[in-house]
Amino acid sequence: MNIAYVFFTFKYVSVIPSPQQGAQALPIAANIQALSHSFADRQVLRNVSFRVDQGAFVGLLGANGAGKTTLFSILTRLLRSSSGNVFLFGHDLQQSPAAALATLGIVFQQPTLDLDLSVLQNLQYHGAIQGMSPTNVQSRAQDELERLQLWDRRHEHVRRLNGGHRRRVEIARALLHEPRLLLLDEATAGLDLESRIQLQRHVRTLIETRGLAVLWSTHRAEELEASDTVILLDKGAVCAQGQLSNLITAAGVEDTNQLLLSLSKTRA
Amino acid sequence: MNISAYLYCLWGVLKREFQRSVQQRTRFISALVRPLLWLAVFAAGFRGSLDSVVIALYGSPINYEVYIAPGLIGMIILFNSMQSSLSMVYDREMGSMRVLLTSPLPRSWLLFCKLLAIALTSLLQVYTFLAVAFFFEVTPPALGYLAALPAILIGAFMLGALGLLLASLIEQLENFAGVMNFVVFPLFFLSSALYPLSFMAKASTGVYWACVINPFTYVVELIRHALYLDLNTHALVVTLAAGSVLTAGAILGFDPARRMLSTGRSRGH
Repeated sequence: MNIAYVFFTFKYVSVIPSPQQGAQALPIAANIQALSHSFADRQVLRNVSFRVDQGAFVGLLGANGAGKTTLFSILTRLLRSSSGNVFLFGHDLQQSPAAALATLGIVFQQPTLDLDLSVLQNLQYHGAIQGMSPTNVQSRAQDELERLQLWDRRHEHVRRLNGGHRRRVEIARALLHEPRLLLLDEATAGLDLESRIQLQRHVRTLIETRGLAVLWSTHRAEELEASDTVILLDKGAVCAQGQLSNLITAAGVEDTNQLLLSLSKTRA
Repeated sequence: MNISAYLYCLWGVLKREFQRSVQQRTRFISALVRPLLWLAVFAAGFRGSLDSVVIALYGSPINYEVYIAPGLIGMIILFNSMQSSLSMVYDREMGSMRVLLTSPLPRSWLLFCKLLAIALTSLLQVYTFLAVAFFFEVTPPALGYLAALPAILIGAFMLGALGLLLASLIEQLENFAGVMNFVVFPLFFLSSALYPLSFMAKASTGVYWACVINPFTYVVELIRHALYLDLNTHALVVTLAAGSVLTAGAILGFDPARRMLSTGRSRGH
């Protein structure tokens, strides 16, 4: 495979339609436009643009240090980008943060549950800071925890749960306020194989049953399916985006891992 | 977001602080033991030392325990605020702070809820302390307990805001020891908590002026006067002004434009 050909392919083959092309199709859950960010003199995101359609699963794939977590921090407004715009269901994250953030359910890479509180107390706290009434929280918490087989353990302290169960609680919490876009940043980190598979299945089921949009960030190629739309992030820049199987074919490689490797070599 | 969403949020944050306090009972007890040791041991050594000095507010010679009690109330508030600040740094290290900061409600409101929760926890500790202090001849007028309530809340808000500001500035939990040495102890000792400022002026002009510019002095004086049914307007104005500046600083400190939660320094990027 000619390196120049691979570079050309990654740079110019994009299976995702541009925002203008897709305007008449599904509503856009997230529209990320020309995001750049620097820490002091170190640029960690470079002109990142992509979109996530409603009801779509989009994988954000990149090695450690590619800029995925910084991108998530910007999408969740923990960090303000140096330049560029983020629109969530049409709401500008900077101009209308309340409306934009209300559409988001978030599972961070780092565990974020309060270990001193019970499963239910964690959900009640989250519901309250989302502005939900206690009765609504109670009924929604029951729905989500029952779906994840955790309702019977609602009074247990989170500290006593294993990693897989904690992640399930975080998923239940992220869905509590009925978001329309679910962001998961390396959500399978630290989980065993069985828990990882269960988590992936559950998230994919949510797309089918609720029409959620999902942005799934990972560095594990095996978490993505050939039919998934993927954004490949390398050294802070989007180097390819489109349906995974098409990108693999275009690059002339056999699988996602080879795709990542060749991509990395090309940009080195 | 309607008004009820704001109130649910306030209730949720208060409830969580309460649940945490119940979980961390030792924290509540240790917060009481510290000032009580000062009252029972340290103050006992100085008992009678103020007999010859008639402080205008009290009208007659007083025991040192009576003098030091408002300073110890200030100590309770100060340490509780710093403890809450430490919790916030811990929350940030552990990640749970992210959940709070991604709420659709305005960050200023979230910080207000947090401040109120800190202030109410302080209030509970202070009144428990005053109940015990009663047996050490600290017996302000009955109405003084009520009059002190707003003064304690205002002081707790001011010191809570200081705690939040520090939490936004401290990057790692390990740095918190420095806060104790360079913030808490100077604030407490360079104030009127332990001795009247007139004593300080006689000892050292430098120390006296350090006490005068220390906002904690005004928290202590505000509470001292309120306990004896007097309004110290000067102390009230300085406490409110310092509280406003510190709150603005804390809101700025948690602004997403700052690197407070940046991942560049921590876990991958």
